Amino acid sequence: MTVLTLSKALNAGLRKALEDDPRVLVMGEDVGKLGGVFRVTDGLQKDFGEDRVVDTPLAESGIIGTAIGLALRGYRPVCEIQFDGFVFPAFDQIVSQLAKMRLRSLGQVTMPVTIRIPCGGGIGAVEHHSESPEALFAHTAGLRVVACANSTDAYAMIQQSIRCDDPVIFFEPKRRYWDKAEVDPAANLGAALPLDRARIVLDGTDVTLLCYGPMVRTCVESAVAARAEGRSVEVIDLRSLSPLDMETINGSVRRTGRCVVAHEAAVTGGLGAEIAARITEECFYQLESPVLRVGGFSTPYPPSRLEDHYLPDLDRVLDAVDRTFAV
Amino acid sequence: MRAHTDITGTVPGAAIDLGDVPSPEAAGWLDRMLLIREFESAAGPLAQAGAIPGGMHSAIGHEAVAVGVGSVLRPDDVAAAPHRSHHVALAKGMDPALMMAELFGKRTGSSAGRGGHMHLADFGAGFFGSNGIVGAGVGLALGAALAQSYRGEPRISAGFFGDGGANTGRVWEFVNLAAAWHLPLLVVCENNGYAVETRIRDAMAGESIAARAAGFGLPAVQVDGQDVAAVHRAAAQGAVLARSGGGPTFIEALTYRHLGHDIGERGQYRTADEVSWWERHRDPVQRLRAALVARGDLDDDGYEQAAGRARARVAEAVSAAEAAPLPDPATVTGGVTATELRIRTGS
Ligand SMILES: Cc1ncc(C[n+]2csc(CCOP(=O)(O)OP(=O)(O)O)c2C)c(N)n1
Ligand SMILES: [Mg+2]
Repeated sequence: MTVLTLSKALNAGLRKALEDDPRVLVMGEDVGKLGGVFRVTDGLQKDFGEDRVVDTPLAESGIIGTAIGLALRGYRPVCEIQFDGFVFPAFDQIVSQLAKMRLRSLGQVTMPVTIRIPCGGGIGAVEHHSESPEALFAHTAGLRVVACANSTDAYAMIQQSIRCDDPVIFFEPKRRYWDKAEVDPAANLGAALPLDRARIVLDGTDVTLLCYGPMVRTCVESAVAARAEGRSVEVIDLRSLSPLDMETINGSVRRTGRCVVAHEAAVTGGLGAEIAARITEECFYQLESPVLRVGGFSTPYPPSRLEDHYLPDLDRVLDAVDRTFAV
Repeated sequence: MRAHTDITGTVPGAAIDLGDVPSPEAAGWLDRMLLIREFESAAGPLAQAGAIPGGMHSAIGHEAVAVGVGSVLRPDDVAAAPHRSHHVALAKGMDPALMMAELFGKRTGSSAGRGGHMHLADFGAGFFGSNGIVGAGVGLALGAALAQSYRGEPRISAGFFGDGGANTGRVWEFVNLAAAWHLPLLVVCENNGYAVETRIRDAMAGESIAARAAGFGLPAVQVDGQDVAAVHRAAAQGAVLARSGGGPTFIEALTYRHLGHDIGERGQYRTADEVSWWERHRDPVQRLRAALVARGDLDDDGYEQAAGRARARVAEAVSAAEAAPLPDPATVTGGVTATELRIRTGS
């Protein structure tokens, strides 16, 4: 066991993947010499060479287009998008090509492309540097969408994503890059929780709190505060946003009868809407109150002076928890 | 390609030729360049200290490109810039106090604190904004140029982007459209040799960015971007052509940023020697100063006075920004659309 920051855990996971499989390549803007703006790929080019850790031109569409071709020829590219807001120049390649190639070829090809995206706000950055676009990808058939929340999961999930034969959009919670947790580099990846399973991070009996990525820590803190007031909140880190682990979600909601979904992304059309609909369809008779959503406002992410007012915090989460009891 | 860092070593030729540029005009360029230099010199440490939130891209070293192009733009012409934009904004006539307050995220800023450093704009001054998406500003200038051409106005637009932007597809869509439709547009590439820490010669094919542009069938020139007179001449030629219906011109200006990609960069991708060479031999402000001195238009006193005036103006902008109120948190959900949407804004 060793204690690593989330960014170092990702680095260790990428390193392991590069060691384990010569078909794995890392590519993106400034990922090589610089080691990425968040240092996630720090030192990898030095150790694996310029052909396996590739500094690309500033060209997101080109990066993903290239990755698709590489995957078609048997490689397993891991692309870094420098910040969430810069995935949109690549969106066309992801939605129109990457996501459709498997079906288009009726199973003749696999698309083991991992696209790493630092996401979310909370670091005092400006527009394009704090966004949460996960719902757009979850809405797109043909993609897996995952979000890690801590170092332990980050280390395993990045390797699982790279081994996955389908494209994975891999969201990294940028304001949690410096959070530390234990990582076991000796552990067998096969023993890790499968990539498409949610994790109950805190047991509870009164209400289910669903979250992922940067909001997991906020929700755990909210649950601890709620416990002091006598309310038992079960916190689930979804980890996989597409597909959703409805078995774990439904299991919890059927026990608690109440549910709140929290994410940084705007509530309108967000992942919370899909989750609330699924729970309503599948657990309607066990629900004591409507599934509530906590999320960002329907605005572009605001500049840093206003972000504290935008980001869902402990108060907003607890307020929603309270409202599930008000019915 | 002729990597712009290869200019290092060709020390002779540091003198710039003002030609027949009238003295008051050249003095005006110096004032404008000093305003940019002083603005950036004040803003940098403020960003480092966190008074300006969200990081910042400094334009120190790029002054001559913006002022040279700005010298041919009229108040009702348009300019649009990328993420590194303060020099273009100031060269287009944006008020430094409005800019500084916006950098601080204050209510008195150009967008009431909702744009920030990477989204400055002053539509009244014809500055269509900084842009967080590399290369995107050229498209805005292109649309403005089409509007100008529809209306038969003798106005022109200038779209700025960097060498990194020159590797994105969108920039070339814009260049093609401008050329195909003969639009009154100056496309200005500020080639400073690096995109973040990626060196241009590691990322770019072809002989030069100007040569790439020439393939679209528009006049395309490469100029010394640290020579304000050279930039002015290229821009003036392009402006005359554009105003008379002759279509767009592409200008690749070879320049250099004295500071890191952003404030606070660790920066081990270029040598101290390289940086200091550019500072000592190709500082665009000092080169203009030397040319004015050589002409007998300026002495040390005159230069210090001009610098002092710029410094005072910036200091005033900083004090006003410091004193100004932050945006009202109650406004965080507002201002997104012109019409009311009647959607729940959040919870
Ligand atoms: C589409 C897009 N991708 C990535 C970024 C992140 N980014 C900001 S500036 C920059 C480098 C830009 O280089 P260049 O165009 O040469 O301008 P310079 O910074 O040198 O002035 C990058 C990669 C961005 N802003 N937009
Ligand atoms: Mg550059």
